[in-house]
Amino acid sequence: MTATETPTRRITTAKAMAEAIGLEMRADPDVFVMGEDVGAYGGIFGSTTDLFAEFGADRVIDTPISETGFIGAGIGAAVEGLRPVVELMFVDFYGVCMDQISNHMAKIHYESGGAVKVPMVLMAATGAGYSDAAQHSQCLWGTFAHLPGMKVVVPSNPYDAKGLMASAIRDDNPVIFLFHKGAQGLVWMEKNPRSIAHVPEEAFTVPIGEAAIAREGSDVTIVTLSLSVQHSLDVAEELEGEGISVEIVDLRSLVPLDRQTVLDSVAKTGKLLVVDEDYKSFGLTGEIAAIVAETDPTMLKKPVKRLAVPDVPIPYARSLEYGILPTRERIAAAVKDLMA
Amino acid sequence: MNPMNRLELYTEMVRIRQYESRILQEYHGDKAPAWDIGAGLIPGEMHLSAGQEPAAVGVCAHLKKGDAITAPHRPHHFALAHGVDMNAMTAEIYGRTTGLCKGKGGHMHLFDPENHFSCSGIIAQGYPVACGQALAMKRRGTDNVAIAVAGEGAANQGAFHESLNLAAVWNLPVVFVIEDNDWAISVPRSDSTATTSNADRAAGYGIPGVRVENNDVEAVFEAAGAAVDRARAGEGPSLIEVHTLRLWGHFEGDAQAYRTDLETVDERDPIPRYAQALLASGDLVEEQVQQIAEAADAEVDAAIQFSLNSPIPAAEDALLHVFA
Repeated sequence: MTATETPTRRITTAKAMAEAIGLEMRADPDVFVMGEDVGAYGGIFGSTTDLFAEFGADRVIDTPISETGFIGAGIGAAVEGLRPVVELMFVDFYGVCMDQISNHMAKIHYESGGAVKVPMVLMAATGAGYSDAAQHSQCLWGTFAHLPGMKVVVPSNPYDAKGLMASAIRDDNPVIFLFHKGAQGLVWMEKNPRSIAHVPEEAFTVPIGEAAIAREGSDVTIVTLSLSVQHSLDVAEELEGEGISVEIVDLRSLVPLDRQTVLDSVAKTGKLLVVDEDYKSFGLTGEIAAIVAETDPTMLKKPVKRLAVPDVPIPYARSLEYGILPTRERIAAAVKDLMA
Repeated sequence: MNPMNRLELYTEMVRIRQYESRILQEYHGDKAPAWDIGAGLIPGEMHLSAGQEPAAVGVCAHLKKGDAITAPHRPHHFALAHGVDMNAMTAEIYGRTTGLCKGKGGHMHLFDPENHFSCSGIIAQGYPVACGQALAMKRRGTDNVAIAVAGEGAANQGAFHESLNLAAVWNLPVVFVIEDNDWAISVPRSDSTATTSNADRAAGYGIPGVRVENNDVEAVFEAAGAAVDRARAGEGPSLIEVHTLRLWGHFEGDAQAYRTDLETVDERDPIPRYAQALLASGDLVEEQVQQIAEAADAEVDAAIQFSLNSPIPAAEDALLHVFA
């Protein structure tokens, strides 16, 4: 290293999440982790890496394969004032525990007229791209965002993962923290290089409910989230060479949703592409389009374009799976359509 | 174990019965049309607990400050026996701003954090939450316990079995209570449940299981005392099934045409039976019977008056409290 270089610590999204949890656990004895294989294994997707070694089985608790049981137990611990960070291994497993999530975790504060708080984080792995097929590849963030009472955060990179996790743990509300397997920076899965980046070592927060301009541009706005932000950044760099200036809004939070950042960007560019790895109908892409339409449809110079999974389960074979995902090629083609 | 005070057990059962009887009367009193469960000063479904008092009173006699209860859709007896404020609870049932939940919860969703009391309208789903409350108590090193209550129909739900396993494997201070009133709405337990005693299911999780027959408050008291003591001592969870009685319909308006045991319901009412036993044993004297009922009626009257005098929530308040 020469004297002019700044030492830069580059870590994966997975490590960033675990680091945030560890910092919060050190600062607050009420924070603890539970889930399947979160202990010695460190989380199947690395979200609890090294926590077990530091905090032990008392605070990093491996659970039975019993999602209704342990998510419900997380809720019970949270209403008693603890701050559990609970992992649902794959978001696809929501089907076996959605009553606890939707009818209990998300409703208790409202039902109680504000008397009972549920300060709990429920984190889950999302996303496709590695042939895990229909029951292990969904995003489903639109489903959680549709149901009132849960904050929903969806980071796209290591920095936001760390900052949003800290905010989620400190929040007095239930927060669903959805991380994309393809953006975790795992050694055993193809990853975008953006999944490993500089992250400060100390604790910091990224506020829940604030979108980020991941890239400034003037011709087209892409509103997106999670791994699709990384893909969109790749596309924007490529299209810059063709003279197309793309602005990328990384939503980061779905609930609460930063409508203003979306509207400001669309007002600037007049062209909107919404990219979502979740299902197309009744979801995020339609919601963003509706927000623009309700506010001022005349700000659009072209009709909104939506790129999302075309309402089919995620198929297994690589050719089929990549036939329906919002790939770089599809994002680029959609941007060019808007520019035509 | 707390010493048993027969008069207190009786008095609390009467207090609950007078409450439920009066809610029954008020609920139907102004329904117009009479079949419309959404009409009247107390709207919505109403699941009353008459006949099931022994379960709540026998268990709650052992509870102290900091102990938690998760109750199901039929919660009033456990709420009252656990010390939930009658005025605030009643105002909630009337949907008033002074209610426990400012009118947002209603009778199936009562939350009283001061007494660690909550209920849920989803069958068996209070069980996992109680495990989490017990986990918090254990982590904090208290000797508090969590009581999870559900009906016998709930014992066929996954949440029941997941919770028993979780509580056993983590050695949590939970007492699981099943109120077996023989009927899951219209389905008799013989048609729904493969075992004659849900207490036997405790063996599958290596924890004690006791079935209390005859809706006997003193037998509930004994069984619950042992289970609560065990939990407080850090020895882990227990399951108690109380064979109790649903004196009235599943919900108010339920004609119970399906019910084959209606003829004998009144003679199985646990309160007159217990009164007779206590009169015979001298724990109760004749003039107290009326005094106890009148004292309860006065308390209930005051709670209803409090509720009727309380404001109705403003429509725009529906937008409050989604988030803290």
